[in-house]
Amino acid sequence: MTMTNISGPETPAIVAEDVRKAERTDRIVGTVQRQGALAVLIVVLVIALASFPNFRSFDNAATILVAAAPPMLIALGMTFVIITGGIDLSVGSLYVLGGVLAAWASQYGILAAFLLPLAVCGAIGLANGLLIAYTRMAPFIVTLAALLGARGLMRAISSEGSNTYLVQSDALRKLGNGSFLDIGYQVWLVAALVVIGMVVLARTRFGSSIYAVGGSEDAASLMGVPVRRTKVWVYVLSGLLAGLAGAINAAKLGSGVTVLGTGMELDAIAAVVIGGTLLTGGAGTIAGTIAGVLLLGVIQNLINQVGNLNSNWQQVISGTFLALVVVAQTYLVRLRRVT
Amino acid sequence: MALLEVADVSKIFPGVRALDSVSFTLQPGEVHALVGENGAGKSTLIKVLTGVYQPDGGELRYQDQPAQFGTPMDAQRAGISTIYQEVNLVPLMTVAQNLFLGREPRNSFGMIDRGRMDREAREVLAGYGVTTDVRRQLGTLALGAQQMVALARAVMIDAKVVIMDEPTSSLEPREVQTLFGVIRDLHAKGIGIIYVSHRLDELYEICDAVTILRDGKLVHTGKLAELERIKLVSLMLGRDMAEVRREGATAFSGEGTGDESAAPVLRVRELNSRHKLHDVTFDVRPGEVVGLGGLLGAGRSETIKAIGGAYHLDSGEIEVDGKELKKPTPVRAVKAGIAVQPEDRKAEGIVPGLSVRENIALAVLPRVSRGGFVSDSKIDEIVDRYMKRLRIKASSPDQAVGDLSGGNQQKVLLARLLATDPKVLLLDEPTRGIDVGAKAEVQSLIDELAGEGLGVVLVSSDAEELVEGSDRVVVLRDGVVVGTLTGTEVTTEDLMSTIATEAHREH
Repeated sequence: MTMTNISGPETPAIVAEDVRKAERTDRIVGTVQRQGALAVLIVVLVIALASFPNFRSFDNAATILVAAAPPMLIALGMTFVIITGGIDLSVGSLYVLGGVLAAWASQYGILAAFLLPLAVCGAIGLANGLLIAYTRMAPFIVTLAALLGARGLMRAISSEGSNTYLVQSDALRKLGNGSFLDIGYQVWLVAALVVIGMVVLARTRFGSSIYAVGGSEDAASLMGVPVRRTKVWVYVLSGLLAGLAGAINAAKLGSGVTVLGTGMELDAIAAVVIGGTLLTGGAGTIAGTIAGVLLLGVIQNLINQVGNLNSNWQQVISGTFLALVVVAQTYLVRLRRVT
Repeated sequence: MALLEVADVSKIFPGVRALDSVSFTLQPGEVHALVGENGAGKSTLIKVLTGVYQPDGGELRYQDQPAQFGTPMDAQRAGISTIYQEVNLVPLMTVAQNLFLGREPRNSFGMIDRGRMDREAREVLAGYGVTTDVRRQLGTLALGAQQMVALARAVMIDAKVVIMDEPTSSLEPREVQTLFGVIRDLHAKGIGIIYVSHRLDELYEICDAVTILRDGKLVHTGKLAELERIKLVSLMLGRDMAEVRREGATAFSGEGTGDESAAPVLRVRELNSRHKLHDVTFDVRPGEVVGLGGLLGAGRSETIKAIGGAYHLDSGEIEVDGKELKKPTPVRAVKAGIAVQPEDRKAEGIVPGLSVRENIALAVLPRVSRGGFVSDSKIDEIVDRYMKRLRIKASSPDQAVGDLSGGNQQKVLLARLLATDPKVLLLDEPTRGIDVGAKAEVQSLIDELAGEGLGVVLVSSDAEELVEGSDRVVVLRDGVVVGTLTGTEVTTEDLMSTIATEAHREH
């Protein structure tokens, strides 16, 4: 509360010490923000390994990963969207629509089974992006409309959801249930896409633009960042990834199940935020999102292990986690600002 | 050959001629000061130069070619960089990312070369006296350092013109010197600089030429060294030095109502706020109108807000009626008897969608409610009293305030302030944007209120209004009280010469 540093020379040593201290705090806080979910994941894993014998098997680990593959894809797209400061509520609907489309199109071969859901979900993502970027409508409303529209479309092509298309392509079924090194194909596919996503986000100009748009849209446009183009692309990516997630899930189940995906968008948002991405945009990592998705997956798995627990408890626990993370993040961001 | 030139440029907004055939020329290697008070048209001119606004008339020439910038990006690509008063970078990204955003060095795979980017960022910033870790988030840096990063970025994109809008407003003295060093370098390289600031000492230290705008019109342009300070101030404020003081140009009575012997109703001691206020001290006695004089950015509004608890103070004492106001917040200030009329009535004062009655009642709700329930009849009584007292012209108390004229909106705001039973009234630009007749009414109301024993602090950019409305004028410059005018000294001439006095450099 004193004013010593307004006028009069300061001793450089004190300044340097102050700067060092500020930089150290900044580094620590930054690390906690980025790696918090990973740390919690490790703690949960250690506890689980120690107390649940059934958890401690390779098969169980592979099961967790296979189950986490579609949510991971959706959360990957959501990470891009949330870093730009947006939100995509349509992904749960696109996921189930993608599954139904893939199962139907599988009669024309495995290629069609992937291309059709990608084309339709990508197009819906494009529509979302164009509306959000060019008419400046709120992402929440635009993608809520897409959520309702895509779910309606899915119900229309499946006779009110009663018509379940079976996967006709053996290749597709094999992709959904086969494995390489005892780990499901879809896990490898998702892993590859995640790595590409990380490189795009961290090492390309498009990635920088995503952070800049979310960090400060006005500043970004003054600095020459193609704000609108960036926004359109993240929603296209989100749509494509949701459609792909639906397709690989159909491959695993062998049919286009129509009763899935409700609330999936909220799980994805939860995973992304637990992973340290700021809901207000501008900061976040895919590594954090991976930790977030796995954390939710492991908790689900553990609750199944306990057996006599109602699986709804998983949502109670996820909800609690989410609340804690948001509180911690708010605090950390403030701490960083002050220094 | 002129680097950047506008000829007879006009810009019209609904109801306002923001620029009225203004001409302006920037030579290569010139540091050109652009000055004027609020509403003079500086920002509009800058926005026309940088492609934010399209001019409604006149011509823009850049490097001797007719030019048209459709967007800020067009201007930037052509080599016109702007550093805004508010740092326009992305706080959550690293320093290096901010410096290189959109121009990141890439390796042969098209990937951003982080190592090279950080290294180059460090080298560039060292030249600006910034030696921080470039991988830190920009937002964690001090404002001064952020400003330097913005400047470095602006210069890096092969700028031929750099526009600086109050670049020193958040800098510390030694950072200002670093900035001036950079400006001298740019000047030597032949880059043209447009420098907007209200700190006269800075202008005379760094600028070659000056252009003065007032009310959207060009009033002077030429070499700065040839222009006396007092002349510069009088041109900005629009008063001829030789002009004799006219009595009664405003509706103030001109008679002092303060009682010299009375104990001050407001005592302000050594208010300090980083960069903005330094040891601001003054008293207001009951019935006295104390004016705060000075140019834009001198700390007048900050002082008023600080007393009202709405501006951060690092230290200082405020006493109302002999009682100390500890840790001022807006709620505590109101309780202590301080009423503040903010500068921007639309943004901070009235609620346009609510009715006259509701707006006035906002302030008195705590007083007329019991156990959370509001007494309608008490509100009606208060609203009725003030509508009559301040002669508010509204069809009924239920008319929306947004539909009233500016003058009546201001009166509603005053009514709301008075309804809290204040001891001190702080008025920031009470007559801005209202028509002449309403102005006179508001002015005589201020006089009346002081006559009833209120202590009034008045801020006005209208020198005449300030001088005629105030019993005393405390003159601020760069957040420091540089003089107090009392008695016969309360004249526009004395005000201007006090503002223009050269500051003593203390560092």
